[in-house]
Order: sequence, then C-alpha cells, then structure tokens
Amino acid sequence: MLTDILTVVWKERKTQLRQPGGRVRSALNLLLPFAFIGLYGPFSDADWVESPFVAIMCTIFSMVFLLTTIPDSFAGERERHTLPTLLASRLPDPAILMGKLAVAIGYGWGVVMLALLVGLVTANVVHWDEAPLMYAPRILAPAVIMSFLSASMIALAGVLVSLRAATVQGATQTLVTALMLPGVGLQILGLVVLSQPAWRAGMRQGIDSLDFVRVSLTVILVLLILDVLLMAAVLARFQRAKLIAQ
Amino acid sequence: MTETAIRAEGLSKHFGSVQAVKDLDLEVPAGIIFGFLGPNGSGKTTTINLLLGLLEPTGGRAEVLGFDVDTQADELRAHTGALLEHSGIYEQMSAEENLEYFGRIYRIPVGERDGRIRELLEQMGLWERRGERAGTWSRGMQQKLAVARALMHRPAVVFLDEPTAGLDVVAASALREDLANLVVSEGATVFLTTHNMAEAERLCDRVAVVRNGELLAVGHPDELRARAGGPHVEIFGSAFDEQVLTRLRAQPTVTSVVQQNGHLSVQLQESADTAELVSLLVGAGARVEEVRRGQASLEEAFLTMMEEEECSPTS
Repeated sequence: MLTDILTVVWKERKTQLRQPGGRVRSALNLLLPFAFIGLYGPFSDADWVESPFVAIMCTIFSMVFLLTTIPDSFAGERERHTLPTLLASRLPDPAILMGKLAVAIGYGWGVVMLALLVGLVTANVVHWDEAPLMYAPRILAPAVIMSFLSASMIALAGVLVSLRAATVQGATQTLVTALMLPGVGLQILGLVVLSQPAWRAGMRQGIDSLDFVRVSLTVILVLLILDVLLMAAVLARFQRAKLIAQ
Repeated sequence: MTETAIRAEGLSKHFGSVQAVKDLDLEVPAGIIFGFLGPNGSGKTTTINLLLGLLEPTGGRAEVLGFDVDTQADELRAHTGALLEHSGIYEQMSAEENLEYFGRIYRIPVGERDGRIRELLEQMGLWERRGERAGTWSRGMQQKLAVARALMHRPAVVFLDEPTAGLDVVAASALREDLANLVVSEGATVFLTTHNMAEAERLCDRVAVVRNGELLAVGHPDELRARAGGPHVEIFGSAFDEQVLTRLRAQPTVTSVVQQNGHLSVQLQESADTAELVSLLVGAGARVEEVRRGQASLEEAFLTMMEEEECSPTS
C-alpha cells in the first residue's frame, strides 16, 4: 500500500507545479504565510514568540493554502479526462485517496511550518536580546497541531467536493462558499454583540478571561472530530462505480 | 491463461430507465483481436466499464481472465490494460514520465521499466520526442502514447475504446498499423470497440455487433459479411439488352441483376462460377470489357443488421 501511495505522491509532485497558472498560484500561496508569519508578525511584535496569534495565523494560512490546491485533486483529473484511466488501473482506492491527501496536506502544512521557522529566525534577528528566542511550548504545540488538523479538514472537505464536481472552478466555488457561510454567520453575530454596549463589555471580559491552552485543546478536539467525520464521508463517497458513472 | 479471455453471461446494466447493456452473452477466446461494433450510444463504453469492474452490473455476470468483474475487480485490473474514451494522457508530463507513472503503478522494477519505456516508444516512433510534454503533441501522437501506456505492463487483455476516433486518415492508419504490430508481438487479447467498419475488418479476428445494448450478431467478419448477401459481380461493357438480361436472370446461381450506369450489378449464390456467366453473356451478344467480383463489406453487413433490427417487431 505504501508503495502505491508513494506512486501517487510521485505523480502529484510532478504535475502540481506544471498546471496552467500553477507556478503563479504556488508563489502567491508561499508569499502570504511567509509575509505574515515569517516577517510581519515577528517584525511588528516583540513578544511574537509568546503570542497566541502565531497559532491562529498558522491555522488560517494552512487552510487558505489548501483551499486553492485541493479542488484540483479529483475535479482536475475529471476535467482533464485522466480520471477514468487512473481508475481503470490497478491502484487501490485508498492509495489514490491517501496519495492525493498526503501531497496536499504535506505541501500546505509544510509551507506553514517553514514560515514558522522563518518567523523564529526573523524574531531572533530583529529582537535579539543576548539569549536566543524560542516559541513558547503553549504556542508552538497548538500552532503545529491545529495547522495540521485544519489543513486535513480542508483537504478532506475539498476532496469530498472535488469528487462530485465536474470542474476545478466548480469545486473551488463550492468549497469557498461552504467555508464562508460559518464565517459570515460569526461576523453577523459579532456585529449584533458589538452593537450593544453591555454585550460588548461582557464579550471583552469573556475574551480576557479565556485560557489559551484550554481554547486550543477545545479547537483541536473539534477539528479532530470534524476530520474523522469528513474522512468517513470521503471513504464512503470514494467508490469507482460512482466516480465513473458521473 | 484461460482459453477464454472474456466471458459474459446475461450481463446487464441500466442507468435509471435507460438500459445501456441488455443480457449480453459473449465469449472472447484468448489471443485474438475482438471487435465490438455498434453505433454511438449502443453500450460499447458501458460494456468496457463493466468488464473492467468500474461499474457494477445490474444483472448477469462476467469474467475476465477468470476474474469475476464484480467481486475480483482489483485482481482483474492488475492484469488488464485500457485506453478508454479519452486518451487519459497527463499533458503536463512528458511521454517518458507518463509511461514511468504507469510502470510504477504496475510495480515494474526500475531497470525493466526503463527498457520497456524505450521499447514501446521506439516501436511507436516516439522515442526521439520522449522528453517533450505530451500536451504539446498532436492527437494522433497522444493516442499512440496512450496505446503504449495500455501495454506498458504487458497485460494479458487490453481494452481499447475507439482508439482511432477523431484522428485523421493518416494518423488513424499509422495507429492501426502500430496497434496490429504490437498486438502480434505482445500476444495480448484485445477487446476493441469501434464504429469504424474498415478498422474492424482490417484488425479483428472476431466481431460482435451491438445496438441499444443488445447483441445482434457475433462471428468472424466473413460470416457477418455473408449475412448481408453472397458474392456479387460488377460487369462493365455494352450491348446489355433485354435478351441478355433475361438469359442471365434465368441462371440458377444468379439471385438478382440490376443494370445501372451502363454496367450490370449481379448478386450471386456462393456456388456461382463467374467465368461461366461471362461466357453466357458473350454468347448472347454482349461486349464484356471488365468484370469485378466482390463480397459485401462489413459496413454493408453492419448496415443490413441495423436495418433488420429497426424493422423487427421488438425494436
């Protein structure tokens, strides 16, 4: 099985940067996490290595990265008419699935981890104070775990959408819309809360009293549950007969 | 290998109310090129997808190389190759990389894989351009590459779904030639769908004709041609008057005589002797300048079957 997964990984690596517009998209995808996590954050905040924003930024950017790459996984193969030939080969279903997921998650999460490392170097250069700076464990652990789990969540959701979509554009639109809906809901809720002084004060008090470690653990648990549910849905959906009959 | 490469018994597939394949009974002996002929929408591609285990049959069963298409699809696909409706070539990768990918998929050891890639690309006349991106190639070259890819792991059975569709005459002819040569050298069983009768006539050892998912006929191309009528002769010359025609029609081996554009078109029974007929014509005063004896083409046989099917009460 591992050999088959590595075969899919080999092919995905070969083709990902060679897609039309692939290099530009990849450059932009690299630029954003490096600009924010690697440069802007450590430049602007002397306590960057202690800031919960590190974990938040890592989580957001790994999701954004995946949003632009994962829709191509199956919808791209379908659009380019290579999917039936792939399915007619001896590759087992899990190998195709895992190979595509591994490349997408590895790429998105890897870039964010690299940006995290660059951010540490930048922080040490900009805010050097005799002793080397290091991310606080209560920040680093959630940054690493939450970004991985959120990348996995988008990858799985993207595969689920991509399996059904006829085109990459269609898959991207569906995925972005699905992710925007909860965000828009939260924004509306925020506006409602902020419009009332009493609620606003209550919210600020609530935020101030939050324990970041506890919040991180809750988020990790939620992401983990979502990942498991999405994986189950993807495995149920990924059937050759259904993919061919579309 | 089993004596029969492909066997289907009552194989059926419907999509909602559409019956794509209906009670298909088929036996394809190993080592031949089997043509699966039918007009567009007759169920040819669905049949290939069923035989590759990519679709679940709604009725009946089928085996390829002894593997059940429903329950042993993974094993089956390990021993078969396919060129489906589209070439399935990764246009961003080079020809060499496309073959390498499928060599990896079928776990061909590195040394053997490199040799096999060279062998196939050389046979197809593509070796010199192996490093170019396949997307920059003509459709004919991409189809050749797709055939090479389908044969990469030396499969015992190869499914080719209209391999020359959309190619110009020259490219189609070149691909057919390469295909025939490769099949002979590889010794594989080929299941070829096409609606190009000349292609089937040139390549296939046996053919089956389908329409609306139903099998109409199966046999050697000669047997199918015979169904469209026996041999016929075209006689060119002059002085084909009524007396000559009457004497010709009186012959027991002559089925019909039609005079058109200054020549005679004569349908014969299998036992007819053309030389005797020519003597008869000359003796009756006709001037014979040229005689061409022929058989109904597979295309004529195919059209006859389609017409018969259309006229049958069940259709």
